[in-house]
Amino acid sequence: MSAVAQITLSVVALGITFWVVRLVGLRRLRSKYALLWLVITVPLVPLAVFPAIVDEAGEFLGVNYPPALLFSLSSLLLLGIVIHYSWELSRLESRTRRLGEEIALLNARLDDAERADDGEDES
Amino acid sequence: MSAVAVIPAFNEEASLGGVLAEIAEIDGLVPVVVDDGSSDGTAGVARNAGVACVRLPFNLGVGGAVRTGLRWALDHDAGTVVIVDADGQHDPADVAALLAAIDAGADLAIGSRFAADAGDYAVGGTRRRAMRILNRLVRSTTGFAATDATSGFRAMSRPVVEYLAREYPVEYLADTVEVIVLVRRAGHEVIEVPVSMRERAGGVPSARRFRLVFNFLRLLVGIAGGVLVGRRDGGRS
Repeated sequence: MSAVAQITLSVVALGITFWVVRLVGLRRLRSKYALLWLVITVPLVPLAVFPAIVDEAGEFLGVNYPPALLFSLSSLLLLGIVIHYSWELSRLESRTRRLGEEIALLNARLDDAERADDGEDES
Repeated sequence: MSAVAVIPAFNEEASLGGVLAEIAEIDGLVPVVVDDGSSDGTAGVARNAGVACVRLPFNLGVGGAVRTGLRWALDHDAGTVVIVDADGQHDPADVAALLAAIDAGADLAIGSRFAADAGDYAVGGTRRRAMRILNRLVRSTTGFAATDATSGFRAMSRPVVEYLAREYPVEYLADTVEVIVLVRRAGHEVIEVPVSMRERAGGVPSARRFRLVFNFLRLLVGIAGGVLVGRRDGGRS
């Protein structure tokens, strides 16, 4: 890997890390999601500075073409994140459903209470 | 303006009644139970005791329940708020000392198990180490020498209630530790008051090792974000 590529990758990884943490500070991003992205961006910096890590890890694991290791790892991580999102989405969906039901039931109770009030006024 | 005791409760029907009975003996303290989506008779216990009960439609966690309680307190014109656990761990006898600290001018008074003249309280190895790290984290980010940063037994002044009703970080650990950092950075005065905590009257403690590490990292990211942005007024919500 050329020095330019190394520097570019490091800067991009650091930049994203910084941006994610900033979003947490601004309350635009919940810290648990930030943690998810930091797991990906933080290890990128040492990888950019010492690309030999990939070759050595590939050799250790018996992978013929070490960069493939990097690609499969990143696909796996992204897959994990997407599955996590489906899980969160399902949870959110059931919660909105519950909220809708809750409001409908509250409305019904309010109607009952108002009707009871009217009845008292007339008598 | 009165003092409100916010009591977050999640499946605490076994211990809540006793806590409410002890709280009822404190003069001028209005209790409110926040039922955090319990599946047992928690709300019924509160109702039978004649105590206001805010029922959440699903479990929001202690932080979410406390924030709901703070908003209730604001709606009911509370001057000060004290947070008391429903599991009986917090001794209502210490509530007076916490409220007195607020009356004396503090904005956030934290009941500490480990302050110099607090009662004995034993904790296991991992938890003890984790607590020490968290105390040190608070000290290094705010200069406040916390001895029990994770204690949820605390009282707060009206300005802090107003601030936290908007900004309460609802995640576990953040709801205790990050709150100290936020309140200090917003320029409020934080102090510790020695308290004796009791064994939980019911329920199970909530500390597992993996979750502890995850929660700790999440807390670090949260605090780092706040420091990076240099938030003082709480930013936008």
